[in-house]
Amino acid sequence: MSRVLVGVKRVIDYAVKVRVKPDKTGVVTDGVKHSMNPFDEIAVEEAVRMKEKKLASEVIAVSCGPTQAQETLRTALAMGADRAIHVEIAGAEYETLQPLHVAKILAKLSQDEKADIVIVGKQAIDDDSNQTAQMTAAILDWPQGTFASKVEKSDAGLTVTREIDGGLEVIKTKLPAVLSADLRLNEPRYATLPNIMKAKKKPMKKVSAKDLGVDLSPRIKVVSVEDPPVRQAGAIVPDVDTLVAKLKEGGHV
Amino acid sequence: MLSLLCRTANTIAKNNHHSRCIASLSALPETYQMLYKTCRDFAEQELKPNAANFDRNHLYPADAIKKMGELGLMAIATPEEFGGTGLDYLAYAIALEEISRGCASAGVIMSVNNSLYLGPVNHWGTEKQKKDFVTPFCTGDQVGCFALSEPGNGSDAGAASTTAKISGDKWVLNGTKCWITNGYESKATVVFATTDKSLKHKGISAFLLPKPIKGLELGKKEDKLGIRGSSTCSLIFEDCEIPKDAILGEPGLGFKIAMMTLDAGRIGIASQALGIAQASLDVAVEYASKRMAFGKPIMKLQAIQNKLADMAVQLESARLLTWRAAWLKDNKKPFTKEAAMAKLAASEAATFLSHQCIQILGGMGYVSDMPAERHYRDARITEIYEGTSEIQRLVIAGQIIKEYGV
Repeated sequence: MSRVLVGVKRVIDYAVKVRVKPDKTGVVTDGVKHSMNPFDEIAVEEAVRMKEKKLASEVIAVSCGPTQAQETLRTALAMGADRAIHVEIAGAEYETLQPLHVAKILAKLSQDEKADIVIVGKQAIDDDSNQTAQMTAAILDWPQGTFASKVEKSDAGLTVTREIDGGLEVIKTKLPAVLSADLRLNEPRYATLPNIMKAKKKPMKKVSAKDLGVDLSPRIKVVSVEDPPVRQAGAIVPDVDTLVAKLKEGGHV
Repeated sequence: MLSLLCRTANTIAKNNHHSRCIASLSALPETYQMLYKTCRDFAEQELKPNAANFDRNHLYPADAIKKMGELGLMAIATPEEFGGTGLDYLAYAIALEEISRGCASAGVIMSVNNSLYLGPVNHWGTEKQKKDFVTPFCTGDQVGCFALSEPGNGSDAGAASTTAKISGDKWVLNGTKCWITNGYESKATVVFATTDKSLKHKGISAFLLPKPIKGLELGKKEDKLGIRGSSTCSLIFEDCEIPKDAILGEPGLGFKIAMMTLDAGRIGIASQALGIAQASLDVAVEYASKRMAFGKPIMKLQAIQNKLADMAVQLESARLLTWRAAWLKDNKKPFTKEAAMAKLAASEAATFLSHQCIQILGGMGYVSDMPAERHYRDARITEIYEGTSEIQRLVIAGQIIKEYGV
């Protein structure tokens, strides 16, 4: 049976209206509602289902971030993860944390914890990077099943159905492997009240990036963050010729 | 200053089960925020889309109640050893408000099971009674009910005329109880009957019995203005025989059991009313942001802004009163006055907010395309059951007079 490591990220809640900071260095996060990245909820759910189907023996939830990341980890514990690891990263280092750093951290932890499967959400809804799973697999030199909409056990490993532009692609991988969860993989369970209370008793370990030997210096610098342009009103044209003329005028064709 | 109090309290709260700062959800310990999220998400996804259907067709939401049982919502304050969730009344208040915001009928079914049925059995039941009548009622598979009101007396609970007579080694119940929520679906009931009418309220005892049972007939399902997903009917006892040990608590303790149970139940109904009120505010603001009149969304007009402000103040005041009553109960302090104040404020808030919501929606508020009319109908009962607003005022005044010692 496999040991599953699940990466979860604390992001601004999907329902919040995000506002850009006046100094254009980022978005306002102070006092704003945060929750677990929705794709990571799907990843946790898949990991817990693997345990219920006896494909996995243990689910370990991991999150990189400040103290508040522990709330996200407790949600994972309440959904059924067995224990949690909080990689404490705060302040300026957290502001410049990038997928490559997280991938290195997850890779190191997978080795330390002897995980056979690493599963994360396909992308985080704040940066939409869609890189962590792929980079983690590359660093570990493990196969990857990204955009997974179905994961099944097969003789020596996993059969993963992937959502790609052209439709669905089915691949087989050996274990150990890295997976990233897509929207239709499953529907995450509600954290029941008894499980919310049990989560408080489950172990949570705190480590630092330094403990794991990961250098957090940024490779990318954010130059500015701006609002998208205000949407202009459209115009209705009488026929196709006028449409083509207008498109040419606007330099779109 | 308040934020300093909250920050200090929060540090204490992390180590202390009973939070001192209840000024807002974000000031509460994490457990409450997590259960709030579970209940809110569940209500949004499973209750809100179906509430109109439950209402229109008078449907008991059996699937939803079962799921709520699995979430631990049907026995929130029941100890874990008997199958409950083992949380406190503040958790119950928060959970019930979110559930009611999705569907007020699901809210009342949850409230009656938690406060009116499990409440007294947990408190006064014997080990055997708890095993038979608590544990199977925590999962959402079975619900209980509470039979106090009669055709001849609602507010005047002490004038109960349902009788319980000893006959050999059995009690024999005779009489009619009416307006019983969960009357149809419940598999057990707490019934109040008098063993000696001349003793007035001191002659009343509480009994715990399973349903269905020989000698108990159900009246017709009432056709109500609101909360139509929950069944309400009469319980008609005709020479209904129950074992001697079916008594709950001591003989003559019935009235006290009823009053103490209703104290806690008031926190439940206050929470239900808050849910209805919050749903009304949500509908009103959403509509006002889109509806154009006089060249702008109506939310920019002062007449509407005044309404929204009044609605929000009433809602948030009632919520603070409700949380305060829950906090007092959880800290084993007297809470009779505060629970009555919470129920009074929250039920009047529900009626006010749902009324203003229809007003803000105008014609749209009057038709069933929008949920405003259902909130209006659901809200109305909260000022009546579990103690009318008039009774709440008497309770509050009585407590105040006692406090002043005059």
